Amino acid sequence: MVKVQVYVTLKAGVLDPQGSAITHSLHTMNYNEVKSVQTGKYIELEVEETENLEERVKEMCEKLLSNPVIEDYTYTIGEAVS
Amino acid sequence: MKFAVIVFPGSNCDDDMVYAIQEGLKEEVDKVWYTEESVADYDAVLLPGGFSYGDYLRSGAIARFAPVMESVIEEAEKGKPVLGVCNGFQVLLEAGLLPGAMQRNKNLKFICRPVQLRVENNSTGFTKAYESSETITVPVAHGEGNYFCDEKTLEQLKANDQIVFTYQDDINGSVAGIAGIINEKGNVLGMMPHPERATANLLGSDDGLKLFQSILNHWRESHVLTS
Repeated sequence: MVKVQVYVTLKAGVLDPQGSAITHSLHTMNYNEVKSVQTGKYIELEVEETENLEERVKEMCEKLLSNPVIEDYTYTIGEAVS
Repeated sequence: MKFAVIVFPGSNCDDDMVYAIQEGLKEEVDKVWYTEESVADYDAVLLPGGFSYGDYLRSGAIARFAPVMESVIEEAEKGKPVLGVCNGFQVLLEAGLLPGAMQRNKNLKFICRPVQLRVENNSTGFTKAYESSETITVPVAHGEGNYFCDEKTLEQLKANDQIVFTYQDDINGSVAGIAGIINEKGNVLGMMPHPERATANLLGSDDGLKLFQSILNHWRESHVLTS
């Protein structure tokens, strides 16, 4: 088994209402050094090892895990785990 | 005319949609479970509101791959009328039948109240019974109705008259105040407000009824009067 970690974030230029609310909240807590907050999703997959694993992970990201209209994704394919 | 109302696990406006067709239009309607394989026998397909698959991942993202959707997409491409309301609109966006995407409302609140809409295009098969630029009152009930598309898409929507309804006031942050859009071909309409909840004065407004009457009239023009 291989652990695949997928991070989904909003594309640059797409407003992030949750990020704005968190920024505002941090400022009211006096963490004024925070200039911006961007929220996203972390998705962890446990996948059987296959030859074209990376290609299939990309496909999963594009078809389901992210919405390419507003989101970007990155992934890491980890070491095999038992 | 025979309507299909698609029911996903988590749909909750399917009964309202059935009521609008049965009581408002006096036409035939079936609920079609998401595992069915074909909607070919129906004259129009309605995707109701609700929280399909608990809105997990993104609203509509999982429902878009439900078995019945393959046939819905096929029939939409053939030109059959398809209406998606609220969660149904989100499913149509995820399925790529309409351009753009939905985000959380800009104030992060679930908005549930009647709102005023402007009919931007009354020449579609869904809006012919409305007057041009008519203001109508229809309820909304959504947490993710903040419509987003890039500038190029917005220009195309404007150029092709695909913006069908806009909000009178900015309630959720939608680009260009968009409440409902239609595809270029004119047979797939998605809208966040709920016309099926505004089909009788007893419900506060009957402004939504004209939308369903428009679908029926449009269908009759091409199927009944010509025969």
